[in-house]
Amino acid sequence: MAQIVVEELRKTFHIARRRPGFLGALRGLGRREHDPLHALDGISFEIGAGELVGYIGPNGAGKSTTVKVLSGILVPDSGRCEVLGLVPWKRRQEYVGRIGVVFGQRTQLWWDLPVVESFELLGDIYRVAPAEFRRAFDELVPLLDLEPLLNTPVRQLSLGQRMRCDLAAALLHAPPLLFLDEPTIGLDAPSKLAVRDFVKRLNRERGTTVILTTHDMDDIESLCERVMVIGQGRILCDGSLGELRARVTGERRLIIDVDGDAPLEDPDARLIRREGHRVTLAFDPDRVATADLIGRIARSHEVRDLFVENPPIEEVISQLYRSHGTEVGA
Amino acid sequence: MNDLRLYLRMVGIAIRGSMQYRASFLMMSLGQLGVTAIEFFGIWALFDRFGRLPGWQLAEVAVFYGVVNVAFAFADTLSRGFDLFGEDLKQGEFDRLLVRPRSPLLQLSGRRFAIHRVGRFAQGLAVLAFGLHALDITLGPAQIGLLLLTLAGGTALFLGLVILQATLAFFSTESLEVMNTMTYGGVQTAQYPLAIYRESFRRFFTFVVPLAGVAYFPVLALMGRSDPLGSTLWMQALAPLSGFAFLALACGAFALGTRRYTSAGS
Repeated sequence: MAQIVVEELRKTFHIARRRPGFLGALRGLGRREHDPLHALDGISFEIGAGELVGYIGPNGAGKSTTVKVLSGILVPDSGRCEVLGLVPWKRRQEYVGRIGVVFGQRTQLWWDLPVVESFELLGDIYRVAPAEFRRAFDELVPLLDLEPLLNTPVRQLSLGQRMRCDLAAALLHAPPLLFLDEPTIGLDAPSKLAVRDFVKRLNRERGTTVILTTHDMDDIESLCERVMVIGQGRILCDGSLGELRARVTGERRLIIDVDGDAPLEDPDARLIRREGHRVTLAFDPDRVATADLIGRIARSHEVRDLFVENPPIEEVISQLYRSHGTEVGA
Repeated sequence: MNDLRLYLRMVGIAIRGSMQYRASFLMMSLGQLGVTAIEFFGIWALFDRFGRLPGWQLAEVAVFYGVVNVAFAFADTLSRGFDLFGEDLKQGEFDRLLVRPRSPLLQLSGRRFAIHRVGRFAQGLAVLAFGLHALDITLGPAQIGLLLLTLAGGTALFLGLVILQATLAFFSTESLEVMNTMTYGGVQTAQYPLAIYRESFRRFFTFVVPLAGVAYFPVLALMGRSDPLGSTLWMQALAPLSGFAFLALACGAFALGTRRYTSAGS
């Protein structure tokens, strides 16, 4: 059964237009003109219990607007939205007690308090019974390796340590559904791995549904079976990574290390770049069998090494945006 | 855990936090005491030099002063969590409060606790005691009850003003100091008997921001003085309730602001 149902969700913001210069500012005091910004332009999707869904899109595409609507902070203009059988923005306080939310850029924890006291206070805020709290605490602390951090004031934690604590903080009331808003932003490589590893286990072992927004395609590639791509307030693509690739481009990459500088060309392949001895070609496996292509090149060139791979997900996504006329990184 | 116990816990944590900096706490408390003491000394100097305010003596003004300042100090202590509310909105901190299953007002007020305001509190209490003593007012159960009701009503009124000020941040991104004229200005105004002000002023502080309801009227009842403005004893004794009504309205306005925020976004 679907845990999240979203139908034709729309939200338009009215951005006050600023006129340049002093006179403009003066006129702004009176009547202001507003530009409409369609942050959500009729999006629909369903997410079932236990899914781990990546939600990606450039800044300003409507990603955080969606997350805000789903977490009850923002009321949409129209459309239907039900999460865990509730409408998030109606009886908000009741609803938010059942979900977990982690904002990567902001901490839930109290700056001056030791981590463990922040946890206890959150337990009280979420009305977690002592026994339940103990259970969640004993489970989360070893899983996130928090034991050595528990008595440290939050202000002294590194970003990666803080994120691990924030993950635990959002799960003390054992929500069946967790929103992660850019949880790996600014983290060093080991911390990113720790976060990903934990999210994966949470999803697999506890069956927690996870909605993950991120700019880090490695997060998506290592975690998400399903990806939703949003651009200009619309869902551009919703499916597995494989489907996303297939929809945008069937191309694969052939990377070859050759001896010598002789030009490497083939009628069925497109040269993408050449860096010293390393040549990258793109080809369509439906037009030419991979083995044939490799055979032809090996016959005419001194090949030292070669391998075939999928185009990196970043490129797939930006191609998807281009084909929808969405500006990337806007 | 119910809201009140949670609030007390949060306050306990906030106090412990500020006690970590003990020297700063002591200095700020003493500073508060000093500033307010000088203020009352100023009033005393005026009386000494120019004699009585027509119809009022220093001891009576001391009671007004004490009541208003004790209530204000208390409200100020409780409401420090609202200080930077405009910033909270801009930085998205408010979102964090909205995703927790408790009232945002409760979370905001439990966030900080300005214990160093004890300085102003103590000074107000001292001036109040001086006034009551000089006027030879006996404090029976009725008087003590009325005094507590008055202080509670005054605290509620000043809390309401702070919440209204925070509410303005929902509607304007500019930092609005307008409300400071109400809080600090209100304290200054209510230190003197309402009867000395002109009509429009009196109306404003009775019916719009009911400062008179938590100072002038109940203090008259306390002193057993007849009102040159003609209020009856019952009106005077019940007037502090207006402070609670004001707080309730302010909370309503804040809820309205929250609704606007959730439909307009940041």
